[in-house]
Amino acid sequence: MDKIQISAFIFLLAMFLGLELIRKVPAQLHTPLMSGSNAISGITLIGAMVVASQAESSLGLGLASAAVGFAAVNVVGGYLVTDRMLAMFKKRGA
Amino acid sequence: MEALATILFVGAGVGFILGLRMLAHPETARKGNLVSACAMGSAVLGTLVTILEARRGLASDAVETAASASPDALLYVAGGLLVGAVVGIPAARLVKMTSMPEMVAIFNGFGGAASLLVGWGTFQRASTAHQSAQRVLDGVTGDNSAITTEVNVSLTALLGSFGGGDGRFITATIFLAILIGGVTFTGSLIAFGKLSGFITTRPLLYRGQNLINGLLLMVIAGAGVLLVMNPEESWVLPVCIGLSFVLGVAAVVPIGGGDMPVVISLLNSYSGLAACAAGFATDNTLLIIVGALVGASGIVLTRIMCLAMNRSLANVLFSGFGSVTKQSSGAKGEHREARSLTPHDAYYVLEAASSVVIVPGYGMAVAQAQHAVKELADQLEANGADVRFAVHPVAGRMPGHMNVLLAEANVPYEQLAEIDDVNPSMETVDVALVIGANDVVNPDAKGNESSPLYGMPIVEVNRARNVFVLKRSLRTGFAGVENPLFYLENTSMIFGDAKATIEALVGEFKSG
Repeated sequence: MDKIQISAFIFLLAMFLGLELIRKVPAQLHTPLMSGSNAISGITLIGAMVVASQAESSLGLGLASAAVGFAAVNVVGGYLVTDRMLAMFKKRGA
Repeated sequence: MEALATILFVGAGVGFILGLRMLAHPETARKGNLVSACAMGSAVLGTLVTILEARRGLASDAVETAASASPDALLYVAGGLLVGAVVGIPAARLVKMTSMPEMVAIFNGFGGAASLLVGWGTFQRASTAHQSAQRVLDGVTGDNSAITTEVNVSLTALLGSFGGGDGRFITATIFLAILIGGVTFTGSLIAFGKLSGFITTRPLLYRGQNLINGLLLMVIAGAGVLLVMNPEESWVLPVCIGLSFVLGVAAVVPIGGGDMPVVISLLNSYSGLAACAAGFATDNTLLIIVGALVGASGIVLTRIMCLAMNRSLANVLFSGFGSVTKQSSGAKGEHREARSLTPHDAYYVLEAASSVVIVPGYGMAVAQAQHAVKELADQLEANGADVRFAVHPVAGRMPGHMNVLLAEANVPYEQLAEIDDVNPSMETVDVALVIGANDVVNPDAKGNESSPLYGMPIVEVNRARNVFVLKRSLRTGFAGVENPLFYLENTSMIFGDAKATIEALVGEFKSG
């Protein structure tokens, strides 16, 4: 199988997996889910790191570094604020 | 070393999936988020290992190519990570829970911008290599035509070899990363502006809007085709970036404040899909998987929000809902009066109540009344009443917004009910307390076919024995629709600032 095909299949399977996983999240947790998945979308960070390491011009390096910065804000801020929110969800009497 | 990177990447993939699964239960959610964060750490580490490995390979392979990978690139990466920590940590610490929608919107935008830049950077790399090859070629031309044909590598082929696939396909995915990333970026900025009040929350509409947006889409598609077919034209890429920015603005501007839950969910989905496209462009499987997970998450939430309003996604995106004030058919010509009650009188009814349902809305967030509400709930419980919170899925400005505010005020999550939990037993409820909610309790949604809200699931407080509506005035809600609830026999309005009213009620309980 050629590479694009494999990637396309991986994409589809991951989509279905995501739909199944998220469907089960109760409405109470929708905001943490959003900020959490937001943090996860900062995965672009690793793509940006690779592009930065391969950059062969100062423009390319600048673009990739900016990408690292944006994605890192997304990752760090996203996970922290999600944690802060989830810490507030308590059981009765807890 | 390569095996180590593989283990780290696979571990990261498993961590992300497990983390999302654990997010589905309030007890495990916090741990799930931690697992997910560790997965991210693992992914970053794996990437570092890969980069260092590639460096070593280059250094030992050939001395002259090693020079191309500048050694200080890693310093820039470290700098970017530092910026992320410096901006991200205080932002996450200091943001108010009522401002959560703005925070998520702006972070979404950052994710989109990052994907756009990754796409652009990937293109830039191939383009730089192409230019230097061209320069070499120019030096050789005339001397030996055989070499010319041999060295002459097209930009498309370079893009393909760097991206690990067919050149045209890679270019197309770069285009998608830029398009979706750009739309996410500016769309999120507009959403941020609307949520924080910099921009009017009313939908911005003009004649021929859909036509112009349609044309814009066609022009963008054309630019995409041009980029794929002819990447050497250096002006095409900047045009694509500019157009994607314009499209993001044009897409969000016509959407009103109350529809923001849908927009944020959708932008959330886009930020994942942009990461996905960047993954295809840079041959990074983890990016594809994780981007797809986020994309799916946004789609599910978007769907839930649309169902909760009984509107199609197209209707939310294109109709400019809430821009026109429509009259409820029942209110036409009729002169009706709403009964108003003082907090003191309301206290006597609440004091005698054994079952109370509280319906919070965006007004509660605006009045910052969640802590006072929790205190009132405590007083009611101490008084022997059963207290539940009925949270409508679209109450507030993002999915689950009210739940987070109430959790912040220490309301236990068992008390946070969904509408299907409370509606069946509504007749047995003594008092339904509506705090800053309007459209989500409009009985026209159930009984009046001509109402624009018709078909939307609501909290059916009109069936409770008593309904107290805390509101500043009889003005319409976001949808611009009259609410007949205010004029029902069993409804009383308690006018004034929600927080002040609730504090007055708490005071009555304490002194009584």
